[in-house]
Amino acid sequence: MDTFLQQLINGLVLGSVYALVALGYTMVYGILELINFAHGEVTMIGAMVALTVIGALVGAHVDLPGIVIVLAGVLAAIPACMLLGFTIERVAYRPLRNAPRLAPLITAIGVSILLQNLAMIIWGRQYISFPPILPRTTYHLGGATISVLQIFILVLSLVIMAALVALVQKTKLGRAMRATAQAPQVAGLMGVNINSIISLTFIIGSALAAVAGVMVSAYYGVAHYYMGFLLGLKAFTAAVLGGIGNLAGAMLGGLLLGVIESMGAGYIGDITGGFMGSNYQDVFAFFVLILVLVLRPSGLLGERVGERA
Amino acid sequence: MSALKPLSRRPAWLGFVLIGIALAIAPFVVQAGLGIYWVRILDLALLYMMLALGLNIVVGYAGLLDLGYIAFYAVGAYVYALLASPQFGLHLPFWITLPLGALVAALFGVLLGAPTLRLRGDYLAIVTLGFGEIIRIFLNNLDRPINVTNGPQGINLIDPISIGGLSLARPQDIFPGMSSAHAYYYVFLAATLLVIFICMRLQDSRIGRAWAAIREDETAAEAMGINTRNLKLLAFAMGATFGGLSGGLFASFQGFVSPESFNLMESIMILCMIVLGGMGNIPGVILGALLLTILPEALRYIGDFQRAVFDRIIVDPADLRMLLFGLALVLMMLFRPAGLWPSSQRQRELLKSDEPAPPGLYDEQR
Amino acid sequence: MKFRLLTSLLILAVGLLTSACGKKESVENANQVVVKIGSVSPLTGPQSHLGKDNENGARMAVDEANTQHILLGGKPAKFVLISEDDAADPKTATIVAQKLADQKINGVIGHLNSGTSIPASKIYHDAGIAQISPSATAIKYTAQGYNTAFRVMTNDAQQGRVLGQFAVTKMGAKKIAIIDDRSAYGQGLADEVEKAAKAAGAEIVAREYTTDKSTDFTAILTSIKSKNPDLIFFGGMDPQAAPMVQQMKRLGLSAQFLGGDGVQTTEFLHLAGADGEGVTASNPGVPLAGMPGGVAFQQKFNAKYGKIQNYAPYAYDSVNVMIDAMRRANSADPASYLPELTKTHFQGVTGNIQFDAKGDLTNGNVTLYQVKNGKWEPLETVKNTEPAPAK
Repeated sequence: MDTFLQQLINGLVLGSVYALVALGYTMVYGILELINFAHGEVTMIGAMVALTVIGALVGAHVDLPGIVIVLAGVLAAIPACMLLGFTIERVAYRPLRNAPRLAPLITAIGVSILLQNLAMIIWGRQYISFPPILPRTTYHLGGATISVLQIFILVLSLVIMAALVALVQKTKLGRAMRATAQAPQVAGLMGVNINSIISLTFIIGSALAAVAGVMVSAYYGVAHYYMGFLLGLKAFTAAVLGGIGNLAGAMLGGLLLGVIESMGAGYIGDITGGFMGSNYQDVFAFFVLILVLVLRPSGLLGERVGERA
Repeated sequence: MSALKPLSRRPAWLGFVLIGIALAIAPFVVQAGLGIYWVRILDLALLYMMLALGLNIVVGYAGLLDLGYIAFYAVGAYVYALLASPQFGLHLPFWITLPLGALVAALFGVLLGAPTLRLRGDYLAIVTLGFGEIIRIFLNNLDRPINVTNGPQGINLIDPISIGGLSLARPQDIFPGMSSAHAYYYVFLAATLLVIFICMRLQDSRIGRAWAAIREDETAAEAMGINTRNLKLLAFAMGATFGGLSGGLFASFQGFVSPESFNLMESIMILCMIVLGGMGNIPGVILGALLLTILPEALRYIGDFQRAVFDRIIVDPADLRMLLFGLALVLMMLFRPAGLWPSSQRQRELLKSDEPAPPGLYDEQR
Repeated sequence: MKFRLLTSLLILAVGLLTSACGKKESVENANQVVVKIGSVSPLTGPQSHLGKDNENGARMAVDEANTQHILLGGKPAKFVLISEDDAADPKTATIVAQKLADQKINGVIGHLNSGTSIPASKIYHDAGIAQISPSATAIKYTAQGYNTAFRVMTNDAQQGRVLGQFAVTKMGAKKIAIIDDRSAYGQGLADEVEKAAKAAGAEIVAREYTTDKSTDFTAILTSIKSKNPDLIFFGGMDPQAAPMVQQMKRLGLSAQFLGGDGVQTTEFLHLAGADGEGVTASNPGVPLAGMPGGVAFQQKFNAKYGKIQNYAPYAYDSVNVMIDAMRRANSADPASYLPELTKTHFQGVTGNIQFDAKGDLTNGNVTLYQVKNGKWEPLETVKNTEPAPAK
């Protein structure tokens, strides 16, 4: 039972990391129906920028509490990523708005390769460690343990999701976003400046990516210019699982994917009588994804949009 | 297109003969100018052409976004490797292993197609992506409890193709001055021409038109009495067949296969080839495959280029190579959104598209 | 469209031409022998930090050789390092191998991975070029019957045997959990450790897996915790090992942690921080500090390229072993110096290098280290004289 509880906690924390990244994915998709493959790389850049600032502050022996230093890193990463997201949309996606559907997908991949190699040149090829400046208190819950940082990540992703939902549902900007997602031309006629709405979406999504990047590197203690690829992939999977374009879906999908992976790694050996082990963790996760999509072709919380040909 | 018109007045066979001669002497010309290294790249370009043409059936003709296409390549490669290597002590000839690999890949194609029939667009993309990963993970882990694939260590000493006692790995035994890269070139060329021929026949057949109908509007296609289920499965199976064939050829060419050759990035690169070249258009797809195979290799010369122009290395070429590749991908797509050589039909669609409002922003067709 | 295509092709052609011209300049001086040594490793992608490290190690040896005024066949030799990127991809590896073979290189240092060294070895063998891998550990690499394939690194069986026995006899482990990263390196080593540990009487209570790109290991560590092992062996690299030991601490998993050469790096100390304390790991050869020239190498390398990531000393030794054979043969022609290479008796910075008939190290010594006060302290060097079992 202790093991089960611990696996559940492991899964929920891993899942909230996925969810943080998936929220950014799904926001862009909700409005543009575009898989922003470069989103994982924006997350990586966020982590790298923050780590540069944090590293400099720690190196200068500034007498500040760890949390403040990390916060400074986050505050540096957010505008950097916002600018990056804005630029990516302007340069790589906007000119292709009326192009065939797959064209922006290819530029997204190109941008992703470009950013990876740019980061490699700027920050070097080695792994960068996150300085141990955050409190490492752990709590015991039954037989399981959970750390302060883990609780923080879980809560943070929930708060961000709630804030985003409020933004989209309750504000004027949110209404304009929804209108743009529904029918861009009509929204334009109604006085919505679609271009700035789309830019804003990218900017908000990229700010989220910056936060996610810092959280991921703080949690795992390492950052690397290649970290965005796998993270982006998992987040994309999570977003689809929950129903891409749906904010609550991204959250649910992220948490679920985390728990599935965790439980898969923990119990797949017992289930298959030792024939398969934790090496099939991703197979298990994808299998669940396929099963969900076969039963609900638009994901768990997604609306049925398939018939709109 | 218009550039080809004057040719058509001359006898058609002349053009074919000229192209034939050019293709036949290509490896020797390339070797003389650039070395065997580039013949080997040409070989790989041919393999990627087959892969791109295969994926083009699924994505370009039937409009099904497949991000796990490399799985079929892997299946073909492993079927060949398992049946013609010391792994199980089997050494079956290529005329059994190659078709068998293609057949098994086709079966996997149907296996992938069946549960995904209801999915559209990006949902299909993620499921196919998952499928590709599942295959790779199985190949990587089937070394225990029973050792089938040898896991991450891969399978080594795979038999080369041998035709009438001539091993393509050592053609110099019979034809002096010929390397294994040359010998494989002709085999790959023959296979590629076969694939091109089949693709051309398919494109204008009833099946090809039905695929186009499904691509443009699945609901309408179904209403017209097209059996969308069977046709989608057929598209997956046909695409997978070509993937399996080139996988088998790859295994014999390399002599070694391991799961790391079949990762997600490969699937993505093949997709890039067809979109960049011109989706649905055979010459475009061929061009795309050729370009994206050559480009990363050509970019290896940045170091020499810097030395020639500036007399010293300014930026480490290894740092720049993939950066420029990513940049090239973006630029080519921005300047030619429909691909370098789009089909004429697609071009018409694109020209029209600024008049009526498209249903979604990035949503030309879904 | 036709126009743009043409221009782009033109640019490509010009680029190729200029590069071809560039090559010619280097062979001008007829009074010297130009010895081209290839170095292949991944310079892009997730393993590029290791790849660059290998290149740097090789480059340093080549630069040093150029200051020594070596004569080959009576003419002064000029050594040139040609570095290529194989992106850790087997297909790219064969292309690069062919590229180097076309350039008539005199020898190659590489590749970094087993998965790239093996397919490339066939091409080097066909071209008669000597290949010394500084870091490929798969048994198969030298078991193909190629007289051109060598390595200055112990193979999986050599190192795995030492690690497995050490875990049981010296670290007192009775219940062992094994994790590998499902790469050719990690899986190969972990399998050999499992064999050796079982033979020494330990029980393998768990065999778990991760990938070489993962950062979250809590799920497998949690299930390992429920099996209560005394020791966890990890077959994989430092970017995974460091977060792994941190997560072990967080989960309250107090088993000892043992790794191979992928873990015994300065990078690991840096990434794991205080949680790395007490971790044990092995590396082939003897401690750098104990070798003549070892400390000097380290200092020079640090000054020139920064921290040693992992295999730079082995790449450095590989080049020196190759040049040593050339000197004895008085020729840079692979056909002449290959027989000398097999007779190598070389005192390198990583140990005494001698090859067996297959091209493996004869005395695959392995040293075990432990992290004490944030530093790798050598525990002991295990002599590994048994021949590697043929597979």
